[in-house]
Order: sequence, then structure tokens, then C-alpha cells
Amino acid sequence: MRAEVVLEVRNITKSFPGVVANDNVSLTLHRGEVLALLGENGAGKSTLMNIIYGLYHPDSGEIIVKGEKVQLGSPREAIEHGIGMVHQHFMLVPVMSVVENVMLGIESTQGPFLDKRAAAEQIRQISEQYGLKVDPYAIVEDLPVGVRQRVEIIKTLYREADILILDEPTAVLTPQEVEELFEIIEALTAQGKSVIFISHKLKEVLRIADRITVLRRGKVVGTVRPEETDEQQLAEMMVGRSVLLRVEKPPREPGMPVLEVDDLWVRDETGHMAVRGVSFRLYAGEILGIAGVQGNGQTELVKALSGLKHAEKGHIRIAGQPVTNLAPRAFYELGLGHVPEDRQHDGLILSLPIKDNIILNTYYKQPYSENMVLKHDVIAETAKRLVEEFDVRTPGIDTRAGALSGGNQQKVIIAREFSRPIRLLYAVQPTRGLDVGSIEYIHRRLVEKRNEGAAVLLVSTELEEILALSDRVAVMYEGQIMDILPVDEATIERLGLLMAGVRDATRTAQTTN
Amino acid sequence: MADAKIANGAPPTRWQRFAQAITIPLLAVVLAMLVGAIIIVIAGANPLGGYTAMFRGALGTARGLVRTFEKATPLIFSGLAVAFAFKAGLFNIGAQGQLILGAIAAAYVGFAFEGLPPFVHLPLALAAGMLAGAIWGAIPGALKTFTGAHEVITTIMLNFVAINLTDYLANGPWKDRSPGNIVARTPAILPSAELPSIGVVPLGLLIAIGMAVLAWWVLANTTFGYEIRAVGLNPAAARYAGMSVGRTVIASMAISGLLAGLGGAVETLGIVGRYQPGFNTGLGFDGITIALLAQTSPLGVVPAALLFGVMRAGANQMQLYGVDAEIIGIVQGTMLLFVSAPIIIRKLFRLRAPEGGEEVVLSTGWGSSG
Ligand SMILES: Nc1ncnc2c1ncn2[C@@H]1O[C@H](COP(=O)(O)OP(=O)(O)O)[C@@H](O)[C@H]1O
Ligand SMILES: [Mg+2]
Repeated sequence: MRAEVVLEVRNITKSFPGVVANDNVSLTLHRGEVLALLGENGAGKSTLMNIIYGLYHPDSGEIIVKGEKVQLGSPREAIEHGIGMVHQHFMLVPVMSVVENVMLGIESTQGPFLDKRAAAEQIRQISEQYGLKVDPYAIVEDLPVGVRQRVEIIKTLYREADILILDEPTAVLTPQEVEELFEIIEALTAQGKSVIFISHKLKEVLRIADRITVLRRGKVVGTVRPEETDEQQLAEMMVGRSVLLRVEKPPREPGMPVLEVDDLWVRDETGHMAVRGVSFRLYAGEILGIAGVQGNGQTELVKALSGLKHAEKGHIRIAGQPVTNLAPRAFYELGLGHVPEDRQHDGLILSLPIKDNIILNTYYKQPYSENMVLKHDVIAETAKRLVEEFDVRTPGIDTRAGALSGGNQQKVIIAREFSRPIRLLYAVQPTRGLDVGSIEYIHRRLVEKRNEGAAVLLVSTELEEILALSDRVAVMYEGQIMDILPVDEATIERLGLLMAGVRDATRTAQTTN
Repeated sequence: MADAKIANGAPPTRWQRFAQAITIPLLAVVLAMLVGAIIIVIAGANPLGGYTAMFRGALGTARGLVRTFEKATPLIFSGLAVAFAFKAGLFNIGAQGQLILGAIAAAYVGFAFEGLPPFVHLPLALAAGMLAGAIWGAIPGALKTFTGAHEVITTIMLNFVAINLTDYLANGPWKDRSPGNIVARTPAILPSAELPSIGVVPLGLLIAIGMAVLAWWVLANTTFGYEIRAVGLNPAAARYAGMSVGRTVIASMAISGLLAGLGGAVETLGIVGRYQPGFNTGLGFDGITIALLAQTSPLGVVPAALLFGVMRAGANQMQLYGVDAEIIGIVQGTMLLFVSAPIIIRKLFRLRAPEGGEEVVLSTGWGSSG
């Protein structure tokens, strides 16, 4: 090996009740290198990193930092050994300034006073050195997510970390922000820092890593170099079997408009206007993807489009029928299927068995009930059939929905929504947090519905997913639809600009269709 | 990982679920009686003898049995009322107010409607009690739905309103004006409105058990019951599913009030014979303890209320034996403590949290938004 080994993890095992999150895991990190840790959700990546950062204690195994065997009892000890971590969920205090956040915990003082100025000066130096542009006196809650992430990185550098752990840093970023982050990572490694970059996205890992260690179900499957592998092989290592990365779909045969939305305005929980004048048409036989960074009004849009939120203004029609501000049941009666964003909170009653969840929005109808009396035998039969047909892995239909894994919970919802006659389908973040096998399955089902002639609205913050499935792509930014592009014109760059609120100059903005 | 989850997720059998459901109440009862025993010892009496006297007094003779049944009957109703509301995720502290309004409404129909045959008069009086309770229950349901006011607060306040309203009626327009009466009470009900007994079993007890079975059946087997359970367990999902959460809340509270009101009516028509302030004190509040002891199961309410009936009916015998009857209150209070703190019990006995049960989330708001 060329460079010095700065961190070595040997035979780490860590169990949680019922799960071995890390099973005899070993890896090495060299000076100036980007080591990518690739694995599905639940593979044990965060657990391993939390062990290296001193947050969890391994059941067995050892950690060697710069040749010295260490016991990391707390993050403080990890920091003393030059290890810094940017968590999947940021740990900043929103109402404080950048300097205050960076100083938090290791305040430099002058007499009894905080020496903010010295700290700000140091932050400036760090910013310049690694290209981490940020205003030290800005208040964190005013900063976009990408910049907040930079603050987190600065925080670790301020504490003189030379081993940086970034846990799924790209999950919250636009494509351009991802590119900027990569430039920062390159600047860091060029100056001798070492980075562990965690992701479940194949393209990113291939782009930035020097070596890729793949984790599956808590075990290291192997370590490869980007130049000697490709997406297909990495996906197979990650999942443990061959996977279909592309979803095959026949050309779109658009039909009648099924969903018509005109000048829709919706407020969020806090009363803030979250959807500002959205208009579009959704046609039978197409998938319209709604892309956008999380929190740009997608949630409120779909809630208004399904009767779960009051529309302040505007019109919604399903199959020609006006439905604005009607109760959710009116939408279902017109043929809506809805795979909700928060499956555990909205989509299921976790403490009820699968069979009761299968009838959640059809229980009042034939054949599940007659004269207000539930027909338990019909319900059980249907549940059994659907569990089989939709490949829900469960011991039985009496199992509580809450006892299923995320992928199987989503399959229960899909089974329920797809087994009714529907002409319109909303799928909101349908694969978030799921394993590749389930993702593949759900994608296939969505395309099937489209091919059967349903109009599908797909809301996702994963551009890959949007591009793989959609016929047209709409981008939402601050409550508005920036543009709607046919998928073959929707390049990542173009979508990225729209997601950041930059309207394409070469194209006259057309928000309606 | 998924496999491990599946292995753990095997649904418990019917028997396991029953055993799991009954463990905590049984332990609570036993522990509470032990605590009571310790206090009896401290007070210098013999706990075994005291408890024996209590059980003998309540169950040993036909008269004791009648008293036990009479004591248990209104408690079944108030326990059912609270348990039913629990299923919809609502904490009905207002069973007391709903019960006394039911009692006075039944009394009014009972004394004021002369010349009716019993098979008309009695059902009419019972119906009046149900209606009064249902209205009194529906009000906090409607307040919650339309203004977001929490039912715990509104039901407590409505209890006070109910007490004052019934006091006023019993001392004013509906007062017993017969010569010699100076206390606040309504006239006695007419014989045609009296609720009879069948041997040692009061008809009211049979109605109570019938209502428990009906409540259980409605919850388990009807679309309405399904809506109530859905709203109680996860209002957000109920809304997403197209149910009207507000309507379900109002209806559940109305039924809860109806059950309490019927309890008051049965008490008036079967035992007291008129409405007299103070005769129903505490019945509604004991319903809370009973519902919790029954783990909010309508069927479980019956044995729980019978146990309370035994303790109340046997209190005199225990007193005669030399153990202060106050001990009953302590035992019941301790029971409440243990059932409402199942976590403590689980910790004490190292039990696992129930797997298959529907755990009701109490006092959930369902978001006033949208
Ligand atoms: N604190 C914890 N308690 C119990 N189980 C946990 C805990 N943290 C993680 N797990 C479990 O360990 C496994 C690995 O999780 P995690 O390390 O977060 O995966 P990843 O970061 O790769 O998505 C999962 O099955 C997860 O449910
Ligand atoms: Mg993680």
C-alpha cells in the first residue's frame, strides 16, 4: 500500500436486540484517501461509524488509529484521536450563528468572554483552505442545507480532525450541491485528510471513491476499486443477487387528462404558504415525476390533491369531476390510489394485523362488509391472496403491520392500493428507506399500473428514481413548479438547476401544460 | 435483518393473547390485596380473616349475592362507558355526569308519566336515561371535533354542570312535594317503571352484561367498530383512509355517554327508586378504574366490576370482623395505580411488552390542520 494507514478496524461485531448490525467487520483507511462505504439501508453503515466515533461500544473487535490501539469511550475521545463525524441528521443549533455552532463544546475564551472573533478568523482560514464557502456570522437556520453541511464539516476540521466520516452526506443535496461537496472532499484529501464516505448510491461512490468497501447485512462483502468495477457489479455485491437497474417500459400512450390542477395554493402546518399556484395536467397512461429537494411543497401538494389538506385557492378535477376540498373518501371513490409519504404514520395502523390494514379504505364496501357487518372470512381470504400476490414476507395475515420490515410494510400498502380499481395513483417517496430488492419490485409495479392505463404521480427526492420511471418530470421549488420536461430532455444538470430555483434560460418557462 | 424481524413477528395465538391480556390485571389485583393486607396488619388486625369475611359476606349468602350484583351493575355500565371511549382514543372522565343525568331523566319519566303499562313505561324510562347520557357525552365529542378542546377538560367541567343541574331539578321543578319531605329528591317512580329481579339476579345486571357483549360485538364485527378502533389507534391513518375522525369521535362519546346514562337509569329504576343527589356518588369515577383493570376490553369490564361489587358488598362483614372498610378504598386505589402503570408491573416481573395487543394511544390529538 502506498500511503500510511491512518485507521484500521479489526473484526468489529456489534449486536442490537434481534439484529447483528456489524458482523466481524474489518476495514482500513489510508492517508489522503476517500473510502466509500456502500450498503443498503440497514446494512450497518451508521452503526460501524458510530462505533468508530465512540458513540457505540463494539461487542468485540479493535480499532487502531495511526498505529495505536485505542478504546473510544465517547466522541470526545474520538475527536482527540483526530476523528470527526458528520451525522446523517445534522446536529446544529438552528438559532445560533455559524461561529457559535462551530465553537460549541470547545469554546475558546479570552478571560471570561467567548473569543468569537478568533474563532471566526479560524473558520475563515479553514473555509479558504478547503473551499468551504460560508459566512461565519450567518444564522444556521437561514442557511440552505448544503451550506449547513459545510458548517458540520468545518466543525470537525476546527477540532483538528484528519479522519472525516460523512454519513450519507448526499441524501439531502441537489445534484449541484453534491458536485460542490465532491470538490470539497477532493480538496480535503489533496491536503492529507482521509475521508470515509457513506452512501447507498452507486454512481456517487464510483465517482468519488478511491476504494469501495461493500457492506451487506452487517458483513463486509468485499473491497473494490472504482476502475475495476461497475454499477452492475456493485449492486449485486450490495444486494447479494443480480438486479435489474433499468426499468423497461414501452413508449407512453397518453390518454385523457385524469388529474387537472389549476392555480393551487396550500398552507403547511405552520400556516406558511407551501404550495403557490401550482397547475398541471396528469394523463392516463403516464408517470409524471415530481422532483425537488425535500420540503419544497411536495408533501402539502399531495395532501391537497387527496383531500387531506385544505386548498386555499385553486381547482382540482379528477376525471372531469371537481373535487377541490372534498373529503378524502370522495377522491377514493373517483379511483384514487395513494401510497403515502409517511407509511408508518399515515399508511398503516401498526398495532393492527395485516388483514385489518388491507381493508383500511375499503372496509365499508362489498365484499368486505354488508349492512355494516364486517365479513371476516372474506377479509382473511383477500388478505391471504394479496400477501401472496404482492410477495409480503410475513408469517401470516394476523401479524401486526408494525412487526414487518419497512419493505414489507410498503408492500402491504401497495397491495391495498393496487388491488382496487384505480385510475389515478399517487406514489410519494415510495421506496424511501427500502432495500434494493423491494425498490426493484415497487418500481416494476408502478410501471405496470401506468401500462394498464392509470395516471401516476410519482413524488420523489431521488432523481435516479424520477428519471428511471417518469415520462415527464416536473420540478418543484419553493411551492412552485419550475418547469415540466419530457424525460429525455431532463438531464441531471437541468433538473439540478431547477431544483435550486434557477429557471432554464434557454427555455421559456411553462408551468402549465 | 428482515428475516430476524419476521421470526420475531409471529402473531401470538388467541390463548397467548388472552393470557397476556389478563396477566397485568391479575397481578394488579393480587398486589393490591397484598398491600391492603400489610396495612391491615399494621392496623393490628388479621388480613386473612378480614378478606375471608369480605368474600363470605359478598358471596356466601343469597342476600350477599344480591347485594354484590346490585353493586356491580352500575359499575359495569360506567366501566363500559369509559372502556368504549378508550377504544376511540378518548378519555371520558365525564361518566359520572352522564350517569347522574341518565338517572334523573329516568326518574322523571318514571314518576311523571302515569297510566302507562310496564312494557311501555319501563323501556321509555330506560330510553330517557340513555338519551340524556348520550347528549351529555356527545357535547365533549363535538367540542373536541369543532374547537379542539380536550375531552379530559370538558368532561370534568361537564361533571360539575351535571351535578348542579340535577341538584337544581331535584330541589326545584322535579322535587318530591309529598308532605313531610324536606330533602332534595324526586318523587318515587311508579311501579310500572320499576326494574324487577329474576330470583337473586337483578334484570339490570342482565342488561349490563348484554350491553357488554353488544359493545364487544360492535367493536369487533362492524364497520363502525372498525372505524372506532382505527381512530383510536392512529387518527392520521384513519383520516388518510377516508374515515371521518370527527364524526367517529362524536359518535363514540355519545355511545359512551349512553352507556353511562343507562347505568344511571338502571340504578334509579332498579335500586334507588327515585333520583336523590348523593346516591350515585363515585359510580362514574370507579368506571375509570374498572375500565383500566379490564384493559379497556368491554368483556373484561364484567368480571372487573363484579370484583368491585364483591368488595363493596362485603365491606360491612369485613367491618364487623374488625377491619376498617376504608381498606377497600385503599385496595381499589392501589389497583388503579398498578393497572395504570403497567410499565411498573412489567419491570417488577420482567415481562415483555405485549406483542399482539392493540395498545390504545390515549389523549391523542388528530391535528386540527387541513
Ligand atoms: N440503536 C439501535 N438499536 C437497535 N437497533 C439498531 C440501532 N441502530 C441500528 N440498529 C439496527 O442495526 C441495523 C443497522 O442499522 P444502521 O447501522 O443504521 O444501517 P445503515 O446506516 O447501513 O442504514 C438495522 O437493522 C437497524 O435497525
Ligand atoms: Mg445510516
